[in-house]
Amino acid sequence: MLARVLLRTGVFLAGVFVASIVIFTVLRVLPGDPAQVALGVDATPEGLAQARAEFGTDRPLPTQYLSWAEGLLHGDFGRSYLSRSAIGPQIADRLQVTGWLVASSIVVALLLAVPLATFAAMWHRTGRGALLAGLSQVGVAVPAFIAGVLLVDLFAVRLRWLPSGGWVAPDKDPAGFIRRLILPVLSLGLIQGAVLSRYIRSAVLDVLDQDYLRTARAKGLRPYQAMVRHGLRNVGIPVVTVLGLQVASLLVSGIVVERVFVIPGLGSLLLDSVANRDLLVLQDVVMVLVFAVLTINFLVDVAYAALDPRLRRSS
Amino acid sequence: MTRRPSPGLIVGAVLVAGVVFTALLSFVWTPYDATEVQVADRLLSPGAHHWLGTDRLGRDVVSQLMVGSRTTLTVGLVASGIGAVLGTPIGVLASMGPRWLDRTVMLGNDLLLAFPGLLLAAMLAAVYGAGTGPAMVAIGLSTLPSFARLARAGTMQVVTTDYVRAALVAGRGSWWNARRHVWPNIAGLVTVQISLSFAIAVVAEAGLSYLGLGTAPPTPSWGRMLQDSQELISAAPLLVLWPAAAIALAVLGLNLLGDGLRDLFDPRLERR
Amino acid sequence: MTGAETMLRVEGLDVLGAGATLVRGMELALTAGERVALIGESGCGKSLSALALLGLLPEGLTASGSIRLVGVEHDLVGAGERQMSAIRGRRIAMVFQEPMTALNPTMRIGRQVAEAFRIHGRVRGRRAAQAAAIELLERVRLPEPGRIAGAYPHELSGGQRQRVVLAIALSNRPAVLVCDEPTTALDVTVQAQMLGLITDSVTETNAALLFITHDLAVAATACRRVLVMYGGRVVEAGPVRVVLSRPRHPYTLGLVAASDLEPLASRPGRRTRLTTIAGTVPAFGDRATGCAFRTRCPSASSVCETDPAWSQTGDRGVACWHPVRAASDD
Repeated sequence: MLARVLLRTGVFLAGVFVASIVIFTVLRVLPGDPAQVALGVDATPEGLAQARAEFGTDRPLPTQYLSWAEGLLHGDFGRSYLSRSAIGPQIADRLQVTGWLVASSIVVALLLAVPLATFAAMWHRTGRGALLAGLSQVGVAVPAFIAGVLLVDLFAVRLRWLPSGGWVAPDKDPAGFIRRLILPVLSLGLIQGAVLSRYIRSAVLDVLDQDYLRTARAKGLRPYQAMVRHGLRNVGIPVVTVLGLQVASLLVSGIVVERVFVIPGLGSLLLDSVANRDLLVLQDVVMVLVFAVLTINFLVDVAYAALDPRLRRSS
Repeated sequence: MTRRPSPGLIVGAVLVAGVVFTALLSFVWTPYDATEVQVADRLLSPGAHHWLGTDRLGRDVVSQLMVGSRTTLTVGLVASGIGAVLGTPIGVLASMGPRWLDRTVMLGNDLLLAFPGLLLAAMLAAVYGAGTGPAMVAIGLSTLPSFARLARAGTMQVVTTDYVRAALVAGRGSWWNARRHVWPNIAGLVTVQISLSFAIAVVAEAGLSYLGLGTAPPTPSWGRMLQDSQELISAAPLLVLWPAAAIALAVLGLNLLGDGLRDLFDPRLERR
Repeated sequence: MTGAETMLRVEGLDVLGAGATLVRGMELALTAGERVALIGESGCGKSLSALALLGLLPEGLTASGSIRLVGVEHDLVGAGERQMSAIRGRRIAMVFQEPMTALNPTMRIGRQVAEAFRIHGRVRGRRAAQAAAIELLERVRLPEPGRIAGAYPHELSGGQRQRVVLAIALSNRPAVLVCDEPTTALDVTVQAQMLGLITDSVTETNAALLFITHDLAVAATACRRVLVMYGGRVVEAGPVRVVLSRPRHPYTLGLVAASDLEPLASRPGRRTRLTTIAGTVPAFGDRATGCAFRTRCPSASSVCETDPAWSQTGDRGVACWHPVRAASDD
């Protein structure tokens, strides 16, 4: 078990390392000069040279990479080539916002998916089950940002019940914070919930088929009791795996949803940096996002072993 | 492999055929020129002349949807094509080669999964500028891991069967095995995956266009239509619905088609 | 067996599903401590009969007729889920065929056994139930019961897992124990031990045993009485040694001949090839009325197109228009 954890940790760290190289390489292959971009068309040679020295782009590429990587390890994300402001604090702020959005969406998604999927599995040969399966198909087909736009159309514009976007810090205005959170979280959560429910339904059907549930019933447990006491943990295993797989897609949907609702999260930082060719910011944000995905996959791996005793090798 | 197609498969096939038909038709005929700006006719409601109305620049919505379907299909096709053409051989080779190769390739595969299409597209957009080309490549690369995984699993299934082992012992090389035995086994899986990756690509392209990182104007694109119409949502609330519906129906059709094909090919899933 | 209490009485049990009658007119009575074997080939309906007794028929199948169990006021057929779950594991219990998948892989053995006690309230409290579980594991002859109680199913062999399943079944001292091919999936060396364990356990608790198997040797070893099933019907019944040595039904005769019960060496010069019964078991739903065996029976005639009546002489019975007659028949 220990060996397995060490191996997975090694793989994780190697993955982070390789990812950082890939990100650095792709963005540095740019046929252009960050200094030029920053200073504009009428830059003087001296100004360019000075800018290059400041950015560190006059050094050979491997050195630049190493200094970037080293900075990251210390929490120093550098300074934007365009605004000269420190990137780290920006990322921290935005990360908080995106964190709220993503975490709430996952909660909503699970709250929706687990009951929906369980009922869909229990009724899977009936009309009710087919209806639920159909609903989840539609849910899967509607991308989260489209759901967001439609929700804005209905609830913000027509009915005027909720604001159409924006962001307020929770400590400044709790009520406003929650009101602004509802629609974006619903868009992400409902769609993710539909996707999750399909996997969960499959997992539940698998478990319902298992012999040990029959043994449980032969003991005298009623179907519902048997499912809860013996089925849930076994369903949990594939569900946790799916959650891990969905993280990347959730982050991406989140980026677009942030644009729909004008939420100042990591996603909009990413998009702004692309629009402005603010390279270092882009580099850092992509690194943070990829790191988040890799970390969550790693945690899922570990959780998997914790949930399933068959994966632990006892002495 | 002859089993009755499920209703989902039929509905999916019809929807997809509808999109393909619309795209093909748009080469020959559209109600109006999709890019023609007629400011005088801006933001008309659906009516006799413009069946679904016009947008902020007076362009006919139906025509835009029709021409936009071309973009949708092209991006979907190229992206899932890239994924299939690059990913499948990688998966096959990884499983047929030595263990270390398999391990390394699959780790690389998993790493690629950490770079969702949008992220890759954003990076490429920063480097090469926004456009359909970089978008297609980025999305294609993001679908690659699924094909590789699938091809690898399918190949391993075949390679461990006794008849292939016997052939290997008899001295027939791996290439012979690959061609004769592996392909029929994974062909079905790859087809299903193409349909599903196509759906993912459509969503990704719509998202990218919505964000302004996809197809550039004036070429119509469903995602950009959505973004345009969202800004005017108070003035023309219906305008958002058309591209939204188009995207959703296309994706629904592709998903149903993929699921239906999967049920058709894999008898083990019969009960579901 | 005068004086022994009837534990289980089954009358006219039919199992219907998908437009076909899968089990027809089954009759069975078990007294305390009695061990009865139910034999037949795959597809004859013996497992379905067992599942019907516990109310665990798969979706789409229904039972009709009467099943009466000692200590239970109502008929088991048609009983609601609430009533049945009070009975299962308490008054009637079952051991299934496949031990490798019968236990929850994510729950420790001790807890799974203890649960059986706690469901029916015979032991209260987690610690008392755990202690009772360990004691029970010892009684099914598992070595180091304490360690096993803390282990997970995948750490145990098939034979050990089957003992755990047996322990769970016996935990509440049920009046009737049903075993559906409990030794089929086990290694040959382990089979004999398991059989001995089962028979000793029911003797000790004075429970009635219904032992389902397709293996005639196992039936002969473990049980006193046997019921032979074919095509969803019981075609012959009686004391196991008598039925197997002097079968009356042509099918039973074929089974015995094909099962190599006598060592080949003891019959020098006789056939050295395995005999088989010509034909195959009809698929469910293919059976029209009449004797289900007539398509494969060497003695079949036109009268066999009507259902044979059951004819009982003494403690033997057979459903056949042309029963086999032997010189030393009683």
